Amino acid sequence: MRRTLLAVACLLTFSAAAQAQTLRIALREDLDVLDPTLARSYVGRIVFAGLCDKLFDLNEKLEIVPQLATSYEWTDPTTLVLHLRQGVTFHNGETFDAEAVKFTLERHLTMQGSFRRSEISSIDHVDVVDPATVRIVLKSPSSPFLAQLTDRAGIILPPKATAAAGKDFTQHPVCSGPFQFGERVAQDRIVLDKFPGYWDAKNIHFDKVVYRPMPDSAVLTANLLAGSIDLAERVLPTDVAAVKANAKLRIVTSPALGYQGITFNIANGERSKAPIDQSPLLRQAFEAAIDRQALVDVVYAGMYQPNAQAVSPASPYYMADIPTGPRDLAKARALIKQSGVPTPITVTMNVPNTAGPAQEAEVIQAMVREAGFDLKINLIEFASSLSAATQGNFETYLIGWSGRADPDGNLYAFMRSNVGQNDAHYSNAVVDDMLDKARGVSDVATRRGFYAKMWQQERADMPLLYLYTPVNIVGISAKLTGFRPVPDGMIRLQGLEMGK
Amino acid sequence: MKSHLGSRLAQIVPTLLLVSVLVFCLQQLMPGDPAVVLAGEERGDPQVLAQIRAELWLDRSLPVQYLHWIGNVLRGNLGQSWHIRQPVAQLIAEKLPVTLQLGAMAFVIAVAIGVPMGVIAAVHRNRFWDYVANAIGLAGLSTPTFWLGIMLILLLSVDLGWLPPSGYVSLTEDWVQSLATTIMPAFVLGNAIAAILMRHTRSAMLTALDQDYVRTARAKGLTEWRVLIWHALRNALMPVITLGALELGTLLSGAVLTEQVFSIPGFGKMVVDAVFNRDYPVVQGVVLVTAFLYVVLNLLADMLYVIVNPRLRGS
Repeated sequence: MRRTLLAVACLLTFSAAAQAQTLRIALREDLDVLDPTLARSYVGRIVFAGLCDKLFDLNEKLEIVPQLATSYEWTDPTTLVLHLRQGVTFHNGETFDAEAVKFTLERHLTMQGSFRRSEISSIDHVDVVDPATVRIVLKSPSSPFLAQLTDRAGIILPPKATAAAGKDFTQHPVCSGPFQFGERVAQDRIVLDKFPGYWDAKNIHFDKVVYRPMPDSAVLTANLLAGSIDLAERVLPTDVAAVKANAKLRIVTSPALGYQGITFNIANGERSKAPIDQSPLLRQAFEAAIDRQALVDVVYAGMYQPNAQAVSPASPYYMADIPTGPRDLAKARALIKQSGVPTPITVTMNVPNTAGPAQEAEVIQAMVREAGFDLKINLIEFASSLSAATQGNFETYLIGWSGRADPDGNLYAFMRSNVGQNDAHYSNAVVDDMLDKARGVSDVATRRGFYAKMWQQERADMPLLYLYTPVNIVGISAKLTGFRPVPDGMIRLQGLEMGK
Repeated sequence: MKSHLGSRLAQIVPTLLLVSVLVFCLQQLMPGDPAVVLAGEERGDPQVLAQIRAELWLDRSLPVQYLHWIGNVLRGNLGQSWHIRQPVAQLIAEKLPVTLQLGAMAFVIAVAIGVPMGVIAAVHRNRFWDYVANAIGLAGLSTPTFWLGIMLILLLSVDLGWLPPSGYVSLTEDWVQSLATTIMPAFVLGNAIAAILMRHTRSAMLTALDQDYVRTARAKGLTEWRVLIWHALRNALMPVITLGALELGTLLSGAVLTEQVFSIPGFGKMVVDAVFNRDYPVVQGVVLVTAFLYVVLNLLADMLYVIVNPRLRGS
């Protein structure tokens, strides 16, 4: 009898050990397409981190580190030579080589509807030197280019499988990451299975990863507390206390790369004629009336970092001398007086109708009223707010940006004349010149010099008023080890392990 | 009966066509340009916007867009989601069984709670159990779905750990887990409808209990139980069935919030996401299928009348 019991116990132990270990991750949104060339969403990048390897990756210090490329050198300011990792295979068995790199970069550049084109538009052509070496020739020097290869533009796809799938690639994506595509049930889950042929398999400790979108923060926190998920990204600051109070969970934070700000409509259509859009003095007065610290204390439990620039404090391009406060009502009133505009000055602000921004707008409304601004809040659904911004149907717009590792990713598209997301239609020769020059050099000190001059002009004109830098708040099971808080907010699965 | 059924079936096609035109026109009134949403970070580039509009036929006139879409629908092609690039028919086939299961369970719960409570309230008119049933009904009607859902998750999942807080497992995959994941949302969804059913059952029963045939049944010496169930309730069920059929339609649309709270990948969640993403083909497909279901459910309710009430069989 005792022997039988022992045998059963052994069997149970063995079966428990052999049971597939699954990592359950909650995402704050459902993602769009699972095709790195066509993908647009932030959470899509998180899933790609498990599914696809990139040429380079970022570490906790935002340094560019090897992934599919083992090293690189600039042979001249426009020629980048990449040395590729050997022995890497894609999930379908195709071999990773220079041809695959050339194929994928050209796909990013030429595919209809590609969202990577603008990120790597500086590429002139790609040459295969040998199977392990590729040469990328740029049209002009581009310092942000390498950083683009740490994100979706650096994901390499298998040429045969990708060409065969065509537009249906998203239905069954094939990459070279630690996990391969299992299934996707829209709005419910994405399941990835361990890829046994992964080149860094020793660092992968799960058999399966399940990503589950949970847009509602209360639902996400309840799931975390109930233990039905192991890791949740972007936990709200207001939920941190509840998570911390649970002994089975812990909170990991890292400064994010994005920002929250107010865009002023400088020259985009009729609505740019509002007094605040026409007067830099009024915009400076508006800034002086805002207490950034109080704003983040009230709305985000003091966890976010007040910031008056687009660049995260985690970046080497952060300018510590740009002041974030304190609030100065006397200065605000003096600037308004100097502008000659009678008070109260009516300002309308488009605000996406989600909890955080709506509360922020109310706090700002109360603050600027004391200076003489009558802030009207126009709560508007997110997609409509984007359309309004593009069409110039706004006076001011409370909007953030998820952020990129290179400062260019947070500045160029928003501040350069006639480009992408410059909803303000702001145009200044000095700013354009400095942004262009900063793109052309790699040396950090020289680039900082260009950006410093750019900021001087931006602070005087203030087309964008920056408020704070968010913090990546991740709630994880206390048993989960090996989590690396990288400021880009991606969840890297290498090294993650569930302890006893 | 057959001709009635035939005429009702013939009404389905024009109804659905009308619904399709209405949905198509109404969603054009929604603010927000789908091309801007889809362009993402490149929304400031007019070339990108033009390319997206051309690809999705958004640069054509509204009648041309409609005819293109309805032509495809008539050939059995509901189109492709703009947001996630999956066929709409496939998405609907994935989501419909989820919401139907949730709706069916919620309806069973609503009937199981609402009808007996209505009977009890009517039998004990203006007495203690009537007040209790009314209070429960009022509470059910007044409790917001979202709040009740979160409270149940906190109690049954977080504190007691009895049920999974969210997600969905299909019946074919694991029926026990399937019931475990859907019982809480089904209760939340069924709760408000139970209250409505209770109030209607109560008033219908009160009317029935005053009728001569009930008095006759009692005079014949039938047991009170048989009088209530066989004579009064059976007649009182007519308006309740109508309401039930209407509420089944409400269940399909009312699942929106419940599915959101419990992260259940059903019809409601899909349509909300589609509206926010301006994913027109998904919105149109979902509305069309929902309208079809609604019409069919009403037809079934009509047929049920005849089964329950023999007096209608000849008509």
